[in-house]
Amino acid sequence: MTRKPIVLVLLVAVAGVLGFDLATSRPLDPFTAPPLLALGSGQASGGAHCASLPGS
Amino acid sequence: MTDTTLATQSTPRLRGRALAVLTALAAALAVAALAGPRYGALLLIGLGFGIVMEGLRFGFTGPWRRLILFRDATGIVAQMICIGLVALIAFPLLAANPTELMGAHAPVGYAMIGGAFVFGLCMQIVLGCGSGTLVNAGSGNLVSAVALPFFCIGSFAGAYHLTWWTGLGSLPVAALSGGAGLALTLVALAAVAGIALAVAEPGKRMLPGRLWAAALILAGLAILHLVVAGQPWGVVYGLGLWVAKGAVAMGADLSGSAFWSAPSNVERIEQSLLTDITSLTDLGLIAGAALAAWWRDGLSAKVTGHPIHAWIAVIIAGFLLGYSSRLAFGCNIGALFSGVSTGSLHGWAWFAAAFTGSWYGIKLRPYLGLEARR
Repeated sequence: MTRKPIVLVLLVAVAGVLGFDLATSRPLDPFTAPPLLALGSGQASGGAHCASLPGS
Repeated sequence: MTDTTLATQSTPRLRGRALAVLTALAAALAVAALAGPRYGALLLIGLGFGIVMEGLRFGFTGPWRRLILFRDATGIVAQMICIGLVALIAFPLLAANPTELMGAHAPVGYAMIGGAFVFGLCMQIVLGCGSGTLVNAGSGNLVSAVALPFFCIGSFAGAYHLTWWTGLGSLPVAALSGGAGLALTLVALAAVAGIALAVAEPGKRMLPGRLWAAALILAGLAILHLVVAGQPWGVVYGLGLWVAKGAVAMGADLSGSAFWSAPSNVERIEQSLLTDITSLTDLGLIAGAALAAWWRDGLSAKVTGHPIHAWIAVIIAGFLLGYSSRLAFGCNIGALFSGVSTGSLHGWAWFAAAFTGSWYGIKLRPYLGLEARR
């Protein structure tokens, strides 16, 4: 077996995850989206990061 | 082979490559249009990470393995250069914009150090760290593709239990900052590179051009990530989030977890992955690696088989990679790369513990059936 079917299965799985996500999440709204750059936006950083601990 | 034959073969190939690049750009544009420009940009940055790491063969696990086994310093020196370049820009940016930008700062603790040790051990078993598992899976590596879903489940479970583990004992968050902090960070990075060069065999010290290029481009992308997202590059939060979303959609109650019931994480679970920073760069890593592997005809390579007990080891190691990286406040990217480059002392503790774990992981790998015993 070559690597090609593995990549195809993975990409199909990723597409499935995204499809499931779009079907079960709140609708996307680009009009309430943050600006392109966080730097200079005046908005506080989101904080969903591997180093974040709730309450810290 | 005649010129005409060459031209006949290369035309569809060029067309295919152009189509693949256009598809990637169209995906980023679609995300920008549907979710917002920041999220489209983050998908593009993730694609860049994946293309560079796969295309220029820049990683973390392999270079540590080559230093330990073959006294080859090139890869780890490239890592230190890349982290140092990011630190040079990130330190002043964070100091000047403390509200809009945040560093990857986390506390050093028992579970953090233990988690980093286990992560280092397991990343040598599957030959892939956080970013490495995504990049390898994207380029068709079967071991990483098998490990990845268990990595995600482990990341979810580790986050679920995170506050119990941190309750075992943690120091306050400590981060270097300012000119003195930056100087100390650069000196420490140079010291690691110097030690690696000192123990390296002659002929295994000079960085090839591809590693210089990779270090420079990755540093640029990491700084761009900080400017766009407001936070440094991370990997494992997104993987756990994917499972959390699935669990909630299937009716699971996550209120028993202080982590997943925190308002910021509940918000993330309710929102689409297309608005989550680490999810977007993770997806970009996979797709970018697939694109780079396909570009250089790497997808036609044969897959190596392993005995059944080796696959069981891969599944367990995959789960532990995810679980331990949450206790360690990040993987090689979130903790080492982004932690050190933004001044967090947990990044250095992570490095020491994970490198020690890697030494044991390398010793363990042949006994698990993943390579021949030396």
